[in-house]
Amino acid sequence: MDATVFIVAATIIMGGAIGVVLSRNPVHAALFLVGTLFGVAVLFVLQDATFLAAVQVIVYAGAIVILFLFVIMLLGVDRAEDLGVEPIAGQRPLAAVIGASMVGLLLTVLLVAVDGPTGKSATTAPLGDAGGNTRRLGEALFTDYVFAVELTALLLTVAVVGAVVLSRRVTGPLQPIPGPDPRSEQSGDTPDGADRAEEEAAQ
Amino acid sequence: MTVTTTWYLVLAAVLFSTGSVGLLVRRNPLVMVMCVELMLNAVNLTFVSVGTHLGDLGGQLAVFFVLVVAAAEVVVGLALIVAIMRRRPGATADDLSLLGG
Repeated sequence: MDATVFIVAATIIMGGAIGVVLSRNPVHAALFLVGTLFGVAVLFVLQDATFLAAVQVIVYAGAIVILFLFVIMLLGVDRAEDLGVEPIAGQRPLAAVIGASMVGLLLTVLLVAVDGPTGKSATTAPLGDAGGNTRRLGEALFTDYVFAVELTALLLTVAVVGAVVLSRRVTGPLQPIPGPDPRSEQSGDTPDGADRAEEEAAQ
Repeated sequence: MTVTTTWYLVLAAVLFSTGSVGLLVRRNPLVMVMCVELMLNAVNLTFVSVGTHLGDLGGQLAVFFVLVVAAAEVVVGLALIVAIMRRRPGATADDLSLLGG
């Protein structure tokens, strides 16, 4: 039973991954990515990591892929890319060689050199049965790892502020506005909507 | 036939390498970020598998933080791509060589 689930999930994961790499259309790549993420969520369930499986589906498939699709729609880059051209000579054979040797190295390190994962079982945060998985994760996060949780809160705040600043409509030397700059006498204090209306009127 | 940790590790290694090959081959920045997500998922799978193997909650805790950092990374990366694409529509990774000298 477990083996069947694993094989089906692994097939979905690898099919999705190859689809992401090979699909010519970014929208198709995003949809293949959903398959891979769901497959990984299935494997999390198979290993009794139920909370992470739920978070995987909600955060990755529900938020990150939607963000990808939003950006694809916003930029209108959903036209197919011509994969036939190879801009740098020898790029693809070299990438294939690097990929194959990376598989070899990872398998050697993970399976042969150290004879599988080694180490001591934890005494501070033991892994119990699946039923209390969420409870144990929460207890560990808000006691032993509370400082890291606070840091991730700070990281998310910085990321949100950075995204807002980066995607703000600014005028720079690469994008000159025809006609007199309406902000030269107002020191850029006009609201964004008014700016955009003036830009469009000027064009 | 029981599923051992080795199965998960082999799958994660292949998935990671697929993502890295995609990152090397593709030129669309959006697809490149997706390939980075593939690699992060492979690492998450490794964390959970080894954590289960050792009976340790630490693997799942690491995956939790990786998820948060991946979300932040995608947000900033996509904002950068939007900012670049506004100035140069249809830019690929090869076109962004301004710092290359």
